[in-house]
Amino acid sequence: MNSAPVPFQTKVAKFFENLRDKKLTGTRCVKCKTIYCPPRADCPKCMSSHVEWLKLSGRGKLLAFTTIYVGPETFEKYVPYVISIVELEEGPKLMSLMRDVKQEDINIGMSLEAVYFEAADGRITYGFTKPLEEKTFREIKSKVCR
Amino acid sequence: MKGVAIVGTGHSKFGRRDDASLRELAFESTKEALEDAEMSTHDIEATVISVANQFLANQTQSGAIVTDYTGMNTKPSFTTVAACASGSAAIRAAWTAIASGLHDTVLVCGVEKMTEVSTPRITEFLGFAGDPKWESRPTGITNPGIYAMFACAHMHKYGTTERQLALVAVKNHKYGAMNPVAHLRREVTVEDALKSRMIAYPLKIYDCSMISDGAAAVILASEEKAKKITDTPIFIVGLGCATDTAAMHDRADLTSFRSVVEASKQAYKMADVSPEDIDVACVHDCFTIAEIMAYEDLGFCEKGRGGNFIEEEQSYIGGKTPTNVDGGLKSKGHPLGATGVSMAVEITKQLRGECGSRQVPGAEIGLSHNLAMHGTHCMVHIYRR
Repeated sequence: MNSAPVPFQTKVAKFFENLRDKKLTGTRCVKCKTIYCPPRADCPKCMSSHVEWLKLSGRGKLLAFTTIYVGPETFEKYVPYVISIVELEEGPKLMSLMRDVKQEDINIGMSLEAVYFEAADGRITYGFTKPLEEKTFREIKSKVCR
Repeated sequence: MKGVAIVGTGHSKFGRRDDASLRELAFESTKEALEDAEMSTHDIEATVISVANQFLANQTQSGAIVTDYTGMNTKPSFTTVAACASGSAAIRAAWTAIASGLHDTVLVCGVEKMTEVSTPRITEFLGFAGDPKWESRPTGITNPGIYAMFACAHMHKYGTTERQLALVAVKNHKYGAMNPVAHLRREVTVEDALKSRMIAYPLKIYDCSMISDGAAAVILASEEKAKKITDTPIFIVGLGCATDTAAMHDRADLTSFRSVVEASKQAYKMADVSPEDIDVACVHDCFTIAEIMAYEDLGFCEKGRGGNFIEEEQSYIGGKTPTNVDGGLKSKGHPLGATGVSMAVEITKQLRGECGSRQVPGAEIGLSHNLAMHGTHCMVHIYRR
């Protein structure tokens, strides 16, 4: 918790406010309907700045992942940690930290859901994990198998 | 448009160069290029300098320091920045200046000093070259981590194996051991590569290029001038340049670089050649998966067959398309700003027939492929004897 927050001046600061309320949100271009998450204030497809906020389900599937063993200076103390590319139900893709999932339990295409936690700089950020039902099911199964 | 040729090359020893500063490395390569072309600084009309990450050398106007220290004042000069493709950007800029008729001779010097800062700090700086706001800052993703995810997707879609990745390292170290300017002149076995330390799963240390200091320089001249300077001008006959998303999460395809497909298409068309015509190639093997993806995206083999291409030794001398027979970024080293220029030096020497034991016999057409980050920029150049 010792790294200072990096100033983040942007037109989409609302995204971070929404994270504090455990809501994953994106923007949608009013003109062409493209959904952006991470949010964009401006749509490069039609060069419009008319966008609206949209609450996202926070559910998605895993497209790719890695486990970081050699981290950058500010993350060195957290290794190893898992990072994924997640495709959200609504279409956009996000890079995010995987939370409470071991590398051996990861499969490409698996369902994931958003979780919210305090980042090193004190901000509330998002990560993804296995949906609760699946985790519980696995735990029950492993108990039965034993 | 005027024809443009390389008439002189220079290359410092790549490696952990505790003995030399950024400007001194630049001098080594510049002096050698001038001597190679039998020219003096007075014969150079302008310079283009390539330094990719100025934070690494703890100075932010490295280009000015290089032109000053190499005796190029008061000629026109500027610095190109396109991350790891800065060197090819500099060559592209110099080529354009000559083809347009603005200048007749331009010296390009690419240089980087990377070992003055710690590896965790470099890892952090390099991560900033992607999309720091939405990727490296919130997640701690690293450059190897990004390529690890491309490897993950490639393995999942095409069945590419960790062993095939390791085979790229084996080849590049084999040739790097024969290259006097290479950073790590040591052969490696596939077993050693597979057993090496994990950096970002599934990439191990032998899947990653070297953090190196070094410089490379080329002198470009108009066709008319080039023929007066040398009997063996090497013409740059095709150039391609394309971009893709800075953020990895925005990529439509995690197994191919759109910028490489597009840039190579431009270069092949301009040079009026096809992938089968390429006798020797330098590709951007910042990570072993990047070389496998390059085989596919450049059209050396079919999409998804990159792993087989290395397994069948098609990128060795004697194979279909000898690739990175200078050791590549993997073994020769990857001083960011120097890399693209170093590729041009190698292809020039190959086409002149000066590469000794690692010479591709009778090479006439060469290609260089230089990436910034994960294909955020790609520059492809095609060279002809």
